[in-house]
Amino acid sequence: MTKLQPVLSANWNEKDSFTIAGYTRIGGYKASTKALAMEPDAVIQMIKDSGLRGRGGAGFPTGNKWGFIPQGDNKEHYLVVNADESEPGTCKDMPLLLANPHVLVEGIIIASYAIRANHAFIYLRGEVVHVYRRVQQAIEDAYKAGHLGKNIGGKGFDLELTLHAGAGAYICGEETALLDSLEGFRGQPRLRPPFPAIAGLYAKPTVVNNVESIASVPAIINNGIEWFQGMGTEKSKGFTLYSLSGHVKNPGQYEAPLGITLREILDLAGGIREGHQIKFWTPGGSSTPMFTADHLDVPLDYEGVSGAGSMLGTKALQIFDETTCVVRAALRWTEFYKHESCGKCTPCREGTWWLVQMLQDLEDGKGTEADLTKLLDLCDNIAGRSFCALADGAVSPIISSIKHFRDEYLTHQRNGGCPFDPIASTLFKTVGA
Amino acid sequence: MTPEQLTEVEMITVVIDGFEVTVPKGTLVIRAAEKLGIQIPRFCDHPLLSPAGACRQCLVDIEINGRAFPKPQASCTIPVEPNMIVKTQLTSPVADKAQKGIMELLLINHPLDCPVCDKGGECPLQNQAMSNGRPESRYEGVKRTFEKPVSISSQVLLDRERCVLCARCTRFSDEIAGDPFITLNERGALQQVGIYENDPFKSYFSGNTVQICPVGALTGASYRFRSRPFDLVSKDSACEHCASGCDMRTDIRRGKTLRRLAGDDSAVNEEWNCDKGRWAFKYLTSRERVATPMVRGDDGELHEASWPEAIAAAANGLRTKRVGVLIGGRATQEDAYGYAKFARVTLGTNDIDFRSRSHSKEESSFIAGVVTQSTTTYKDIDKADQVVLLGFEPEDESPIVFLRIFKQVKKRGIQVISDAPFASRGSKKLKAKLVKQISDISGLTDKSVVLVGERLAETPGALSAAVDLANMNNAKLAWIPRRAGERGAIEAGAIADLLPGGRPVSDLAARVDIQTAWSVDSLPTNPGRTTEEILDALNLDETNINALDAVVVGGVDPMDISTTALSKLLNTFVVSLEISHSSITAIADVVLPVAAVVEKSGTFLDWQGSPRAFEKAIEDALTRSDVRILSMLAEEIGAPIDLPTVAATRREIAAIGKWDGAKSEFVKVAAKPATISGDKLLLTSWRQLLDLGSLQMGEANLAGTARKAVAYISEGRAAKIGVSEGDLVKISSEQGSINLPVAIAQMSDENIWAPRNSEGSQLISTLGFVSGEVTAVKA
Repeated sequence: MTKLQPVLSANWNEKDSFTIAGYTRIGGYKASTKALAMEPDAVIQMIKDSGLRGRGGAGFPTGNKWGFIPQGDNKEHYLVVNADESEPGTCKDMPLLLANPHVLVEGIIIASYAIRANHAFIYLRGEVVHVYRRVQQAIEDAYKAGHLGKNIGGKGFDLELTLHAGAGAYICGEETALLDSLEGFRGQPRLRPPFPAIAGLYAKPTVVNNVESIASVPAIINNGIEWFQGMGTEKSKGFTLYSLSGHVKNPGQYEAPLGITLREILDLAGGIREGHQIKFWTPGGSSTPMFTADHLDVPLDYEGVSGAGSMLGTKALQIFDETTCVVRAALRWTEFYKHESCGKCTPCREGTWWLVQMLQDLEDGKGTEADLTKLLDLCDNIAGRSFCALADGAVSPIISSIKHFRDEYLTHQRNGGCPFDPIASTLFKTVGA
Repeated sequence: MTPEQLTEVEMITVVIDGFEVTVPKGTLVIRAAEKLGIQIPRFCDHPLLSPAGACRQCLVDIEINGRAFPKPQASCTIPVEPNMIVKTQLTSPVADKAQKGIMELLLINHPLDCPVCDKGGECPLQNQAMSNGRPESRYEGVKRTFEKPVSISSQVLLDRERCVLCARCTRFSDEIAGDPFITLNERGALQQVGIYENDPFKSYFSGNTVQICPVGALTGASYRFRSRPFDLVSKDSACEHCASGCDMRTDIRRGKTLRRLAGDDSAVNEEWNCDKGRWAFKYLTSRERVATPMVRGDDGELHEASWPEAIAAAANGLRTKRVGVLIGGRATQEDAYGYAKFARVTLGTNDIDFRSRSHSKEESSFIAGVVTQSTTTYKDIDKADQVVLLGFEPEDESPIVFLRIFKQVKKRGIQVISDAPFASRGSKKLKAKLVKQISDISGLTDKSVVLVGERLAETPGALSAAVDLANMNNAKLAWIPRRAGERGAIEAGAIADLLPGGRPVSDLAARVDIQTAWSVDSLPTNPGRTTEEILDALNLDETNINALDAVVVGGVDPMDISTTALSKLLNTFVVSLEISHSSITAIADVVLPVAAVVEKSGTFLDWQGSPRAFEKAIEDALTRSDVRILSMLAEEIGAPIDLPTVAATRREIAAIGKWDGAKSEFVKVAAKPATISGDKLLLTSWRQLLDLGSLQMGEANLAGTARKAVAYISEGRAAKIGVSEGDLVKISSEQGSINLPVAIAQMSDENIWAPRNSEGSQLISTLGFVSGEVTAVKA
């Protein structure tokens, strides 16, 4: 039985966990002091050796990404932290920044030092003003304490940290769109190559990392590679935040070693809401193909989830019980993607527009089996044809829901409409639901 | 790139649909496929714009070193690599389905209004939907609609529901023209091209976006709903508006020009042109066109006449008189040659000049000694390290030259230096460094290009200084006149000092050449006079040996020369060859209507001296080229020039060829610095691209995008006279005054600038000059 492993969330119960005093009390800013005493390349090597992989969804080895930055090129380097968390279901970075913003600041100091960046940026989702305020305060306090600014810790390392609030576009979580947005342009993905490591922010070598990836760095520096590798599975090392939401008794953040299963997490969380059974769930947010009760024992690490046909993604475990109409869920998600499509490329822009109309017809009971075939063919014409991965994410709930619940789609037509009572699936409808 | 470097470019062989093709490194897959004749469908791709990869129509399967990409790739964004195997829609079922899928998606929100759309019949979306799309759409939903059309400027309209969001227009405006006034905004299926709230699409090059739009989303206001492409007859033609030398396409329906498009000449205009070249053609069908010959009767009025009557009247008037010849800068080379030969053979004079603008003796010498020898071309701009602009504002005065310089500024960051009094919009785009005088310029190399505008003739000694500057640094020099016919007129010998082919009149061997070619016993040897001198000679007492008493005028607006030019023509016998009624035809004794560009064949030499020949676009036009009328007139006078057709004229010009003898020496002139007295200012000016030029008449949509006339002064001067941006300032000379709104620029307190011929700012007719001493006070 895998146990919880609170690292990032270890001090969340402290009232002052978000303050510099609270963070320092648990040993905060020791890792950055330690790292600044090392050679930058040694820091990169350490993160490479630890096996830390990106926590933003793709799982690319963080140390390797740092290693791509050309050194000795006489150019400015930049670190950009992607805090534009906005996928339906995904809710790990915002709680982390609310409860412990300093761990990110410390991670940024270490990462910037390693890649020889003297200016780092946090691109924060604009809607979360309360998080913005806490991160801004944390940055100010870190400056005052000498963790940021000129000649940090007397080691001759300078670092400016800028917090930037986005204007509310999901696409800006795509790293190149994020960079365009940060530069003041409309957020739309850039053509690659050149990759950000060569020409990123202001066409300078840039590392773009997820909040959780950077926040995981201080613990690795403090506790060492062996400690980190002692957690997780063969190719997925370490701890991570699993965000449990939906029809469960105790939703929230569950920090555990990679490779824990949903069954284990549900046990820790008190299970599905009373009197109900799990119907389907997403392993990593709405863009990852959905799982069913058959997948409760899939190890939630990069290989385990992808071996079962989905993606670990952001580890946003959205749980839906049998009261939920899967067609309706897919429609809601698709409406989100239609709204968030940036419009740059045809398949995403036009495809999501069409998908919503087809799903609405299916939900209304107006769709036939032939329409289902057409819908899948349409998904096939969208997936892998778009400029960035947004459209791939958009079709994955549709394809996976048809795969697991084809008959439910058809029931809508036979029934002349949705057979589900939408109120039954709400959390406030407990009695008689 | 020099030829040596070109040969060093690495060549890469790739296999596309089973066929090998070898292309230079860096070539995009879509273009390598074109070389094999394999057409991959596309919308956002354009060979002169940066790759976007937005429409996804050109998806193909690609494999490199045996490793296949997991999904189809946009062939417009991927350069070829060694060991690359590409399978297009022709050999890959995956690519074929991907393309058909994209096409279906592009069409779901596209209206089925092809029957009323301007693009219908020449539409890449229509064509490629047929070649690479499903026969029928499976879409049964609701189409996106927008209010239509949005007028993004007075001449470009946008129908948003037709737009496929390929971003060609926005990329063109940003990358090629440097005018990012249009942009994509909103998101998802509501994404649309838009303008800034208070800034319409005020670009001189906006028409190109209409031409490269792959659907009917952008249309030109003057062509919208006027015609169907299949009712048009397209003819290659040349642009008559400036010396940039654009290749053009003229589309005719039943004898009427419906539209003009940029032609494709990679050495000159690439695939672009300016809005004036594209849209200023209403003068062709203006009510002011002269329809028939006219002869002034005993009653003092002009009366319609038959051609024989008019020719006889002109011949009788000219036969016994001492005649000068003035032609504007817009004649074709053949027509200019006709005037040149007519002057020498029929009238026996060298008193001929093509310059109906400010000019000087220094310029005459510069033309004979320098311009005829110039070998500078667009290619020299392409590889220049620095470009020096002297008396020359390329965006206003030769827009394609501007685009070429801008391209290198963007691509290689080359340095541009200009002697302008302030940084114009064009100069700002070129990041030009301003210098006060030519002697302030240093650091040129043999890779530098000095571009000299016709306005340099207005400053004594400036052309000499420009030549010195170029010679000192072995830099390339070119003279770029504004009008399309000036360079050709020089080669044709339509200037006092030169016979055809750049032959100096003063050179006996040169004269013998031409005597032989023309089968005449002798040519006039008396030194010919300039336009100003000819006008003055018309007003000398008739007993004066230097007096002239008749003049043949072709395409001249006297107000381009001076305030007094028209009055100097009043008491003399005037034969006017004109396309439209003007102040000259109003006083002429005989008016002979001539053909405009689309109604005749001809050749323009651009500033490089390169010819662009064109044939008659409107085949059944009844008008005649100047040269043919001059030939009739010469015959009637009794000293024929034997140029009955443009074709015959071309043959004669070709047979004569260029002069290879001793060239004339450019006689330099010392600089005479302009001085200003007391509290006066030195006014300078140039013509903006879109202004009151006579060939722009009748095109209100075009005029709507002209830059408004403002007077530029320095901040210090503004404070001194108590005005701020937008206030009216009164600019006065001894002759008159104009009121203009003030714009503040970084410039000397002693300078003031105003447009030369814009609405509210016609300097010659109001102030009496185009540059000189003025006073400026708050109006």
